Amino acid sequence: MQLNVVEIKNLTARYGDVKALDNVSFSINQNDFLGIIGPNGAGKSTLFSCMLGLLQNYEGEIKFFGQDIKKSKKYLKQLGYVPQKPVFEKNFPATVREVVRMGLPRNVPEKRVDEVLQQVWIHELANRRIGELSGGQQQRVFIAKALVSDPKILILDEPVTGIDASSTEIFYSILRDLNKNQNITIIWSSHDLEAVNKLANRVACLNKILFFHGISEEFFTNEDLLKQYSETAMQQHMHHHEAT
Amino acid sequence: MTFEILTYGFMQRAIISGIAIGLLCSVVGLFLVLRRYSLFGDAVAHSSFGGIAAGLLLGVYPLWTAYIVSLASALIITRIKQRFDISGDAAVAILLSSGIAVGLILISLAGGFTLDIFSFLFGSILLVSVDDTVLILGLTGSILIVILILYRQLIYSTFNEEQAKVSGIPVEKINYLIVFIAGITVVTSIQLVGILLISALFVIPNVTAIMYGRSFKQTALLSIAFAISSVVLGILASYIFDITPSGTIVILSIGIFGITLGLKSLGLINRQKTAMKIHAK
Repeated sequence: MQLNVVEIKNLTARYGDVKALDNVSFSINQNDFLGIIGPNGAGKSTLFSCMLGLLQNYEGEIKFFGQDIKKSKKYLKQLGYVPQKPVFEKNFPATVREVVRMGLPRNVPEKRVDEVLQQVWIHELANRRIGELSGGQQQRVFIAKALVSDPKILILDEPVTGIDASSTEIFYSILRDLNKNQNITIIWSSHDLEAVNKLANRVACLNKILFFHGISEEFFTNEDLLKQYSETAMQQHMHHHEAT
Repeated sequence: MTFEILTYGFMQRAIISGIAIGLLCSVVGLFLVLRRYSLFGDAVAHSSFGGIAAGLLLGVYPLWTAYIVSLASALIITRIKQRFDISGDAAVAILLSSGIAVGLILISLAGGFTLDIFSFLFGSILLVSVDDTVLILGLTGSILIVILILYRQLIYSTFNEEQAKVSGIPVEKINYLIVFIAGITVVTSIQLVGILLISALFVIPNVTAIMYGRSFKQTALLSIAFAISSVVLGILASYIFDITPSGTIVILSIGIFGITLGLKSLGLINRQKTAMKIHAK
């Protein structure tokens, strides 16, 4: 029997009067590679904000490892998070090694930092200033940072936005390795349906409500679902385009 | 002559206090500059003007009232910023003018500008007493200990608030702590350069050091070195040439910044090249 590591029940989140998530329920099994897809404004980032404890004003329940996250923040220690585009001062005087170490207890050995940097193939950049690295290299630093405390779950919010194709491929192969060989559960939001089809074993399709949740193959072989998704995504895209 | 002036008690006190203040301002200032809070020191210093004026009017030691008003102002800026979604620079501008306005009204009630007010506006490091020196050393030591203990939380929440929060760091408490520490640092430093030049001590050594430093620790050490050398040389030069210490300290600091800009424009500080060399090794 597979173990549920995350359980979301009747989650509703609002910004003012507008619902960003409407009665969303699903669960995530240990070692899942879950791709969360949905058009712009579908509530993907809101869902992550709720899961990470950044947004607390929601209705419903989120459990990590069987514990309600409103009752205990201990689950955060088992979690690695890679944001969409980490915002930091461009001239921030910190080396890659210092960034990976930030917030860690003093007793974490330097060897552990070397290990994670090697794992994401940027060990030779360890003493470079973070702002000098390309977008793709910076994202790998943030994966290393997320991995350094040995998480059971990795959450990634559209991590390859604005990153070139070759860096994206490297990034995906790192994710695959983490999931397959190190048994890390991955929760990953993306616009790239092809990549989700290739990498994820499960898919959650959001558009404020949970449109679909299940095995990846089921979604990608169901033409009705795909058609419905692409029509909704196109409508949202046009709406977003007109609004901006 | 240089060695002879070091035997004077007032000069010893000025240099010891100056080194402590230079050290404190550069360390606290690095966090403020990286948080895009460069003018925070200025705002708190200007609001302390109201506190100093209140102290003079009430017959209380003006620095005590300045501490109270500055800390209250520092916390108000942070609260306004968080609660009402007003940008940091706008909150700073409002507080800066409020402090001066309140100070001017209180001074006019007290009968106009006195020598005391001028010494707070422009600094009077050569006049610090033994008690002042002990207070400055005590506050510097305490603040540096707090920063050393919370170093990892401070640097992480300065680098990226959201990620720090997800790591379980109490970012809001850390933000309040930073402004609290900055408020105390500002008032402690008033005696060195005065209200009007205080932000120079927070900002210039750090902006200069950021151009050289690769790592955070290296940048912090360089900033401390630039700040302390400007303060010590500034105090000595002001005595030798009979000019104001506060202006001299700030001009020396700007001089180091100017040289750094020159070296950078000549390509002599080229991080990318150095990085490539390290990479090649």
